[in-house]
Amino acid sequence: MIASTGSSRLREPGLLLVLVLVLVSGLVLALPAQAMVTAGAGAAVAWWLWPLALFVACFLIGIVAVPAGIGGGTLFVPLIGGFFPFHLDFVRGAGLLVALASALAAAPVLLRSGLASLRLALPLALLASASSIGGALLGLALPAAAVQTALGVIVLGIVALMLSSRKSEFPQVQRADRLSAALHMNGVFVDGASGRQVDWQVHRTPLGLLLFLLIGVMAGMFGIGAGWANVPALNLLMGAPLKISAGTSGLVLSLVDSSAAWVYLNRGAVLPMIAVPSVIGMMLGARIGARLLGVLKGSVIRRMVIALLLFAGVRALLKGTGLWV
Amino acid sequence: MGLTELSVQASATQQPAAQLRYSRWLDVGTRVGFITLVASFAAYMSGWLDPHVPLEQLPELWNQPAYRYLERIGIDAGWGWAALVHRIDLGNLVGIALLAGCSLPPLLAVIPLYLRQRERVLAAICALQVAVVLLAASGVLTAGH
Repeated sequence: MIASTGSSRLREPGLLLVLVLVLVSGLVLALPAQAMVTAGAGAAVAWWLWPLALFVACFLIGIVAVPAGIGGGTLFVPLIGGFFPFHLDFVRGAGLLVALASALAAAPVLLRSGLASLRLALPLALLASASSIGGALLGLALPAAAVQTALGVIVLGIVALMLSSRKSEFPQVQRADRLSAALHMNGVFVDGASGRQVDWQVHRTPLGLLLFLLIGVMAGMFGIGAGWANVPALNLLMGAPLKISAGTSGLVLSLVDSSAAWVYLNRGAVLPMIAVPSVIGMMLGARIGARLLGVLKGSVIRRMVIALLLFAGVRALLKGTGLWV
Repeated sequence: MGLTELSVQASATQQPAAQLRYSRWLDVGTRVGFITLVASFAAYMSGWLDPHVPLEQLPELWNQPAYRYLERIGIDAGWGWAALVHRIDLGNLVGIALLAGCSLPPLLAVIPLYLRQRERVLAAICALQVAVVLLAASGVLTAGH
């Protein structure tokens, strides 16, 4: 009874916070659009308005991304690309850095605790890194409208994946395949929730490698990070436990996004005034989001984020096809 | 499940030596990259040092494709920016380059460990990964429009 009262006490501020976040997100996203209209009417808009709005938007994305269980980069590119006046080249460059910074910040802790596996990550990251360079070059060579349209399709695909994907906490892998056995792609970790020690191994490694080749192309081309694809590939296809999949996905991202980020940097697609406020805002927001994990209702936030992604995906599609510029 | 959420749940267990070494080196590199990035951006915002592109001109450039941005500010693709790092806006790219390159030292650091353990395939994979990142960083890859 007491626990139930405490829980409802926690839930009310949580829901209130969600409501406030939705309202503030709406305002922050409306601000650039309104300013664009004003600018179109001939009035000057202070240059610092955009980086400031970007910082606030990224801070909010960082807060909701953690309880929603997705990478901030997945939300960043479609939302910022859809509602801010920056060219998609710079948005994708900043998106890659946002995903890279988050992955780098988390990777050392995850490696030390065994929630990320270096042995599992290295072969997958090698192929994905190589293909991410191709994806980045392709994305920078194609017309922005084509990339924007493809981005819309991908984001709507992510929405479908988030709505339909299953998860398996501890998949049963009867026998490791020959390749994963040869590379010793296995390990042990202590599950924080149950306190038990879990031995794990993987299978279907050749198919996994092929999938990561494609994931690398998408990561490089759209700059949206690829945790949304990495985790199902590791967990559902290769049979790694869910927590190992999420942790190793971050480690893979840190290598894949490094390669792609260099291409963007060398092609002039990294503008510090866009990239740095995005990275700092997202990192600060993610810290707040992690602290609010016990207060916010994950399923509510997840539904809100899916709705936001759906909107951003449709916006990207319409912007790319010229129907809503 | 996001990375930050997972980090909160992490608990220490004994991990392979190569993994722990990789983790230590990556931790140091990431911290150096972040500190450099934040410090250079603070200097950029404070106006202590001159930028290559005046702040008020940014809105005319950030809605252009990257190749046109480079043309207008007169910098070559590749490492052209490195010659102008004394200009604080381009100096910010040093922190970004450090973050994009901070996986290289840990990869190089685990190769001798894998070789000592006769894990030649993993050592080769690390070496190939270093080669891929260096290829991307070299600036020799170009794409047209």
